[in-house]
Amino acid sequence: MGQLAIAFVTMTLGVLACAGYFYGSNALLDSIFPSKNRPAEVIARNLRIVNQVRPWLFLGPALLLLVFYLFYPVVQSAILSFYGRTGEEFVGFANYIWLFQSGEFLESFRNNMLWLIVVPTLSTFFGLIIATMTDRIWWGNIAKSLIFMPMAISFIGASIIWKFIYEYRSGGDEQIGLLNALVVFFGGEPQTWIQIPFWNNFFLMIILVWIQTGFAMVILSAALRGIPDETIEAAVLDGASGLQIFFRIMVPQIWGTIAVVWTTITILVLKVFDIVLAMTNGQWGTQVLANQMFSWLFQGGGDYGRSAVIALVIMALVVPIMVWNIKNANAEMEGR
Amino acid sequence: MVTSNKGSALNLVVHATVLFLVIMWTIPTAGLFISSIRDKDQLSVSGWWTALSASEQQKVYRTAGAESEIQENGVYVLRGNLLEGGSGEVTKFGISSLKPEAFAPGQEAKSRRDVRFKVMENGDYEVISEKSFRRGVRIFYTAEIPPRFTLDNYRTVMSSEGLGQSFINSLTVTIPATVIPILIAAFAAYALAWMKFPGRALLIAGVVGLLVVPLQMSLIPLLTVYSKIGAFFGVDAKGYVGIWLAHTGFGLPLAIYLLRNYISGLPGEIIESARVDGASDFVIFRKIILPLSFPALASFAIFQFLWVWNDLLIATVFLGNTEESLVLTGRLRELLGSRGGNWEILTASAFITIIIPLCVFFGLQRYLVRGLLAGSVK
Repeated sequence: MGQLAIAFVTMTLGVLACAGYFYGSNALLDSIFPSKNRPAEVIARNLRIVNQVRPWLFLGPALLLLVFYLFYPVVQSAILSFYGRTGEEFVGFANYIWLFQSGEFLESFRNNMLWLIVVPTLSTFFGLIIATMTDRIWWGNIAKSLIFMPMAISFIGASIIWKFIYEYRSGGDEQIGLLNALVVFFGGEPQTWIQIPFWNNFFLMIILVWIQTGFAMVILSAALRGIPDETIEAAVLDGASGLQIFFRIMVPQIWGTIAVVWTTITILVLKVFDIVLAMTNGQWGTQVLANQMFSWLFQGGGDYGRSAVIALVIMALVVPIMVWNIKNANAEMEGR
Repeated sequence: MVTSNKGSALNLVVHATVLFLVIMWTIPTAGLFISSIRDKDQLSVSGWWTALSASEQQKVYRTAGAESEIQENGVYVLRGNLLEGGSGEVTKFGISSLKPEAFAPGQEAKSRRDVRFKVMENGDYEVISEKSFRRGVRIFYTAEIPPRFTLDNYRTVMSSEGLGQSFINSLTVTIPATVIPILIAAFAAYALAWMKFPGRALLIAGVVGLLVVPLQMSLIPLLTVYSKIGAFFGVDAKGYVGIWLAHTGFGLPLAIYLLRNYISGLPGEIIESARVDGASDFVIFRKIILPLSFPALASFAIFQFLWVWNDLLIATVFLGNTEESLVLTGRLRELLGSRGGNWEILTASAFITIIIPLCVFFGLQRYLVRGLLAGSVK
């Protein structure tokens, strides 16, 4: 309880300091350059100065934090990738050479590509199907809510949930994992699913698909509702079948949203390491970049140089999406 | 709307498919929850879907020795109950480990030393011998145990596995890390939406760009800087203030982006007329913008809460792995390593970690959906 009290006090102090900064700095600005009870030209001059300064007072803390926590580290990581394990001696391209010659990297890179293809595809596919169908039934909202639920569960919690499903009991023992129990029920041999080479990757991917489908569904469902009724009614009058309407009319209309969902999940896939860490820790051929980076950060006292190189690879994979996002945002701003 | 004239067969297919998908999506969590409230002996021998049916367990019971024997009619007798008062039904018993199911309840078994055993269905047993028992004898039995639900697993993990401590740690990390970024981001978002200054477009593009920077990029440089700052001030580099600021920094791009989208959509006439009346931007922000953007603030708050609560990476790196500082996700990871086979501990712990986000999720789903819709880059 004592700890909670301290946390509460610190939290209040933090928030107060934050609010105090905004209040104080703005009050200070207004008192140095008053805009009342002065000659007109002074007021005009002061107003101009105030209007130039104030945006930076508003933006100040955010800019500082963004630069320190995101911008500076990106630059610094790039520099660190040329340094050795402690980050002190310059080693040139040694880390890069190591990276492209290490079998582990090639394995994680291949796995990451698999994740990048499978997870966004399946999540978007299921999301679209479910969004389309739940819009037509009276209990659609309840169904959506339940499918959306895994979004609230941590990756590590989800990993435990699924590890329990994949649980394997050797010998003739009764299987307590759902998957093996089903296999036995239909007369098959129980398996240690997460150790089967290559296919175990897919058993890990299912977890992320399970989590992300709800996200895709929510966004796509809103987009589907945005399609004007007249378009669909016209198609029905022309005698289009349900499938035709879906593929020829609805999907093309929400193409932009599908792309958004796809890229958002893609970025997430690149960052997720918790699932692999919890399920296999990269054993049995399931390593991915994010987890490899995490383990180089700590294993054997840590190797900052190699860890930074792997982080850079992840960053490089994200850059195209980043550029695309910025372009879109700019286009939208100009449209306003 | 499309299928309304296509008869009910297709509708039935839709209902059935959705039902199937809903079941597929909820069964994993349901399995976890049901397992966490089952008796741990039953949990380890039977699947959770059998939770409502009786389970068959094979066990060994060792009776007390000479101290509890009674002398009756010239023989020595030991009496007691195999199930120790618990409910259940003995279906078979035996007196050697080679044939643990040799006898049915009610039958009398006789050992080579002329010791007679009698076990009833309810577990009452009677062992009779001509000579005094020096030590207890073993009885093997198979029993049908009715389903037992209990909160014992939760009691265990909350006290002895340190979940209680981690729960408090998680709260300590999450609440400030949710509140602080909101305030900072709201001011920045207003400036980016409604104030005119050089470089505004560039800053917005910058925020959109930072939106997708992988956290992995930040870890090493920040770790280095943190330990330098820690050494400089002579304090532990891993502390709560550090992790709050880290979560604030990482949450800011999304917060600014979300809030800017919302705030720039507010009607410009209100802001213009306030300006004409001589209100400064600070007053406008406090009196007009903040109250009007409550829905967006709530959306982001839920996002950030779920994200911080469920985070493992930042907590591991910036708070450490010591016994006192583990948050719930870190604790779960540690239990997976040390208690990998103890499903009663894992399921109960996992459920404790997901219960708060689930409550937040179901309680405030409306805002979460709104935030998602505004937050995905269009």
